[in-house]
Amino acid sequence: MTETLTKIIVDCSTKQETIVPLTAEEIAQREADRIAYEAEKERLEQERLAAEELKASANAKLAALGLTPDEIQAITK
Amino acid sequence: MANTYVTIATTTVGSGGASSIDFQNIPSTYTDLLVKLSARDNRSGESVTDVLVKINNSSSNLSDRRLFGNGSGAFSDTATTGRVGVEPGPNATSNTFGNFEIYFPNYAGSNYKSYSADAVSENNATLAFTTFIAGLWSQTTAINQLTFYPAASASFVQHSTATLYGIKNT
Repeated sequence: MTETLTKIIVDCSTKQETIVPLTAEEIAQREADRIAYEAEKERLEQERLAAEELKASANAKLAALGLTPDEIQAITK
Repeated sequence: MANTYVTIATTTVGSGGASSIDFQNIPSTYTDLLVKLSARDNRSGESVTDVLVKINNSSSNLSDRRLFGNGSGAFSDTATTGRVGVEPGPNATSNTFGNFEIYFPNYAGSNYKSYSADAVSENNATLAFTTFIAGLWSQTTAINQLTFYPAASASFVQHSTATLYGIKNT
């Protein structure tokens, strides 16, 4: 059985609530939104990983200068 | 709730789920709007999914800065998808729902519209999110429609609820 996608519309002027099936256009837009969201999420994950790598690299350089982990934490936290 | 808060509309998702909750024809007679959302989604294999907003049926011209903790660290990032927070999904603890408060000050004014969103996902495990989002809709039109929907083509599950309040400053 195929799932029928629906949305809830609440008309604030009448307090009327209706549940309506999505149109073909809305389903297409939903798919476009999904693709855009996945791309954005991937970009954010790459950004986060890059920031973590930079942090690890910076910490390693500080350690190479002779700072203890506590000293590194004290100046980077 | 202070007596300056008026319930404009409220809805609860039924047994079939809902791809979105759409408040239309929002009156412009209040100072601010507040949405309280209790939500969970059906995104297969996931513990958390973003909930997004469309303003006046548009997902364009939105930008945000998010501060969040996920159980293992605290982070900050930006996006343009209209994020308002994160809700639990099928891999989160059963029958738990995320909580959201989304505030739109001066929603009927003629300047760009900002919003703030404070939300938590629920999960009896390490992975659980708390988010605080400062959002901006770079349009001067008065807000008369707010649509909330789970990202990634997910749907809200039964018993998710949304209530829209109007707030007057007097």
